[in-house]
Amino acid sequence: MKLDLTRILRSYGIVIAFIIICAAMTVLSPVFLTVTNVRNVIRQSSIFGIMAVGMTFVILTGGIDLSVGSILAVAGAFSAGMLKGGLGIVPIVLLALVLGIGCGLANGLLITIGRIAPFVVTLGMMSIARSLTLIYTKGYPISGFTGSFRFIGGGEILSMPFPIIVFLLTVVVAWLILTQTRVGRYTYAIGGNEETVKLSGINADFYKTVVYVISGITAAMSALILTSRLNSAEPVAGQGYELDVIAAVVIGGTSLSGGRGSVWGTLIGALLIGVINNGMNLLGISPYFQLLVKGLIIIGAVLLDRLRQEPA
Amino acid sequence: MSGISKSFPGVKALKRVDYDLSRGEVHALVGENGAGKSTLMKILAGVYRADEGEIWLKDSKITPTGPRAMINAGVSVIYQELTLVPYLSVAENIFLGREPRRAGGLIDWKKMWADVGELLAPFNLSLNPRARIHAIGPAYQQVVEIAKALSLKADIIVMDEPTAPLTGSEVDRLFEIIRNLKSGGVSVAYISHRLEEIHEVADRVTVLRDGERMITAALSDLTVDDIIRHMVGRTLTEQYPKVEDSAGEEVLRVEGLTKRGVCTDVSFSARRGEILGFAGLVGAGRTEIMQLLFGYRRRDSGRIFLRGAEVRVRSTRDAVRSGIALIPEERKKQGLVLGLSVMDNSALTIFDLHTTLGFIRWPDIAQRVTEMVRSLGIRTPSLRQEVKNLSGGNQQKVVLSKWFVRNCDVYIFDEPTRGIDVGAKAEIYKLMVSLANKGAAIIMISSDLPEVMNMASRILVVYAGRIVSEYRRGEATEEQVMSDALGLGAQTAADAGTQGARE
Repeated sequence: MKLDLTRILRSYGIVIAFIIICAAMTVLSPVFLTVTNVRNVIRQSSIFGIMAVGMTFVILTGGIDLSVGSILAVAGAFSAGMLKGGLGIVPIVLLALVLGIGCGLANGLLITIGRIAPFVVTLGMMSIARSLTLIYTKGYPISGFTGSFRFIGGGEILSMPFPIIVFLLTVVVAWLILTQTRVGRYTYAIGGNEETVKLSGINADFYKTVVYVISGITAAMSALILTSRLNSAEPVAGQGYELDVIAAVVIGGTSLSGGRGSVWGTLIGALLIGVINNGMNLLGISPYFQLLVKGLIIIGAVLLDRLRQEPA
Repeated sequence: MSGISKSFPGVKALKRVDYDLSRGEVHALVGENGAGKSTLMKILAGVYRADEGEIWLKDSKITPTGPRAMINAGVSVIYQELTLVPYLSVAENIFLGREPRRAGGLIDWKKMWADVGELLAPFNLSLNPRARIHAIGPAYQQVVEIAKALSLKADIIVMDEPTAPLTGSEVDRLFEIIRNLKSGGVSVAYISHRLEEIHEVADRVTVLRDGERMITAALSDLTVDDIIRHMVGRTLTEQYPKVEDSAGEEVLRVEGLTKRGVCTDVSFSARRGEILGFAGLVGAGRTEIMQLLFGYRRRDSGRIFLRGAEVRVRSTRDAVRSGIALIPEERKKQGLVLGLSVMDNSALTIFDLHTTLGFIRWPDIAQRVTEMVRSLGIRTPSLRQEVKNLSGGNQQKVVLSKWFVRNCDVYIFDEPTRGIDVGAKAEIYKLMVSLANKGAAIIMISSDLPEVMNMASRILVVYAGRIVSEYRRGEATEEQVMSDALGLGAQTAADAGTQGARE
């Protein structure tokens, strides 16, 4: 019986932690478990949650993408600008996605063909994309949109906020890709042992590039939601998001060295970060402390993961 | 050292071996790959502990407690892969961890450079103690290792294949240094495959075969042929299946495969149903040749023909799609993704054959993998089991299943039986024969002479990146093959100069 308990803790530790924190919040704050608040938490989580789904692919290959926050900014700013210029909703969405794909492709090619470490390449892209945003916006927000664009961040279908629908759909699609397609299986395999993958007759560089493109796409999706939701594209949008995004993936149990993890873990990780942000606000904890708590939770999650890795 | 024995799981690496060194003597140690030379030297260096036997240094028995203890006792080892820090200077490398200090803990650079100058003086070289290691070339790096050994007051220096990275004139200089060491009373244990060099530099030689000492004698009493005879001629313990030499049509032809510094003008062909053996020593370039053929490394030139038509092989993907399989030597490192399941590992080569609109048809894959796992007798609780939880033997088989599920025309096995026990070997031999009987061409790299001579219908011997000889089954003796592999054959004498090109 005791052995089973440790195994359950190991496999579902993060889910249990999530439930405990939610229960504690319910007790501490009467507002927490109301429909409005829960919808709020999930809607807020969905912005970086969607990016975390893309990041899961990258981290599964053993890589990292630090540029997601800046890609969000550049995609948001250009879309907002073009929207002001009178472009329709469909071209705007496509434009944002193309920008995300372009940045991701550049990342991927520099990493595979350029043979530069992912950390360095995406650190550079983080700076470049941010700069492009500032140049384009001249440092001022682009705001005030009308019509269908506002639906992306603020709309509801059957009283379900649209961002949440996009988030959950992204998770499901990612899960399908990871389990049912070659991209997915090779993503795991590359993270596990890239040399073996190459020696199995697989173009590992192609699939490594694909994961950065996926990460770029999810950053662009978040850009559309955030811009629409705020009714404004800020030149500093998404700054520091990479930390919450990576934290969500890691808390979700995906190994930073690659090869192990799942998108369901990332979903929980993103929700957990959302709950913590929300909970500390509800409890009136100073934002200065919030970062401290988040830092402790990230480290705690990785410790938990180490326990899981060690043989029973 | 007397009566030294050492076992590793599944192998008895050394069986009651004796080895001794007199003051100021060079005592060579030779034997095939896997004969036990390195194991013996690692015991002397304190890296391994002997299961049995005694080590005596200057009339006192010692029990090595680790490498550090042996260094203090005066034994220094210069390994084949140099162990210097590339971006530190010559002087810092020699005194690493023992830097002379001034008051306050600062490094006393002047003293360090002066000491190093003194150490290097007898070698008569122009080597700046402040030069960085990565900039000085392998010959000087070796001198630095020797100087480091001397600074540690070593009486015994073990050199493992010291001439491998050196060119002709550098080898001469090294020998001069070794003679210098001898006259200074230092003893050298000298491991090498190059028998002609041994005659030049060593006083005595010990030949190991399968972990046993065959002979120890003065080199003046032995010819190169004598030494080779002692190295080969192993007693047969393996059971080899009966192999039919009924080769069919030619399926693979390689013409003029060349990569600078790796191999030169390698041409051969393989027929359906045949087992083609590649003999040679480790480092001769056999693995590299196969990696070039498999598109894992880019070749400079050379053409590849499969089933009569030239194929473009510029990546491993091209190779696999045209029907070539490579089962690598480092099966755990290069053949498996340990954290993934038996299913994922086995299917890694066939996902591209079973997809509809990008979606994997798992039922098809499951069926093929299940059949293969059953026919290979892989013992696993389920196909979802992570490979890292399987036993070594079963892991080996997962690598095989991964390639067998994809029907290829050419299967390249790189050292397929290294490090596995007798029973598993017999199983692998049987599988190779059954693949051949189904019409595949098998290429087998093996450093195990009896194995390759019994299994292969034709043997190609590789030396220094070239195919130096070819024999049909039964045409050559082990002595002949070994002599070719050591570069002593008639054909290779002329090529001896090209060795430098490897550097």
